Amino acid sequence: MKAFLRKYWRVITSPSRYYSLGFLTLGGFTMGIIFWGGFNTAMEFTNTETFCVSCHENIYDELQQTIHFTNRSGVRAICSSCHVPHDWTDKIARKMQASKEVWAWVTGSISTPEKFEARRLALAQHEWARLKANDSLECRNCHEFSYMDFTRQSPRAVNMHSTALASGDKTCIDCHKGIAHRLPDMSDVHGF
Amino acid sequence: MKRIAIVVVVLLGVVGASLAVGAGNQIDTLRKAAIDREPEAPAIAQVENNDIRRKRAYPMQPPTIPHKIDGYQVDLKVNRCMACHSRHRTEASQAPMVSVTHFMDRDGNFLAEISARRYFCQQCHVPQTNARPLLANDFHDIDDLLRASQSPSQQH
Repeated sequence: MKAFLRKYWRVITSPSRYYSLGFLTLGGFTMGIIFWGGFNTAMEFTNTETFCVSCHENIYDELQQTIHFTNRSGVRAICSSCHVPHDWTDKIARKMQASKEVWAWVTGSISTPEKFEARRLALAQHEWARLKANDSLECRNCHEFSYMDFTRQSPRAVNMHSTALASGDKTCIDCHKGIAHRLPDMSDVHGF
Repeated sequence: MKRIAIVVVVLLGVVGASLAVGAGNQIDTLRKAAIDREPEAPAIAQVENNDIRRKRAYPMQPPTIPHKIDGYQVDLKVNRCMACHSRHRTEASQAPMVSVTHFMDRDGNFLAEISARRYFCQQCHVPQTNARPLLANDFHDIDDLLRASQSPSQQH
């Protein structure tokens, strides 16, 4: 084993015998682009609606009844708009967490609507906690507070947004729960 | 004798047919199209969202909802209305609390939470739209009636 490692260490550290420096640098550069592009393309594919819905069908039905799916202006949110951070490093962190969810899918821990209903509160709480911790970043990627026109909001919305939200006392998810999915049993949740 | 009987039967038939036509016209007033035609659907009305309380037509009238309630979930798991209108939420929301009658069961006992028979808010409370009424409304509230009975000269 030690001899094996030493042999490879020698190959890596010794200068190239047959390939030119130009070939190695240009080749490395090209392969780097292909690898990096391929990696990001594959990762972006896991951010598409088609990919998400291939497993999460039931929840997609719920989304379709909400304003985040169909509305007057045709701007819409897909799963990853809200559930995956847009920033690259945070996205990688979330994708790594999601690998555990792949395991859950393989073992069928939520394989029926009944199992899903039983865990709906716990699952929702994960997302609420995540959004609370990052100050509802995924909401704010579209709904940016600095560009909100209070004169175009209802009096009730102005009241809340100009006080609790403006002061940073509350964040979007504190009030806007269940805006894209059905709510779980909320009897023990603050604010209900 | 036989001829008279025939005349009577024909007359009855004519009267009956004209009555039927009259009734048909009455049913036709809201539809405004022939029975074999598909009338154009009216535009969907806009829901009022101004948070201004409307006057109640009579003291016991369930107040109307002065805001949109699109997608509000009211089922076994959650009652979205009560997230603002329940007793313990009104301080944060500044929304009107559901009235005390909502805490009473059918025998008049007060419960800690709203009674199950009052759970589905939209059985009585509804949002209002800007739709034009299909028929004129000649409802007069009790004040109008009292005023009218006190001074017969001012009848409406």
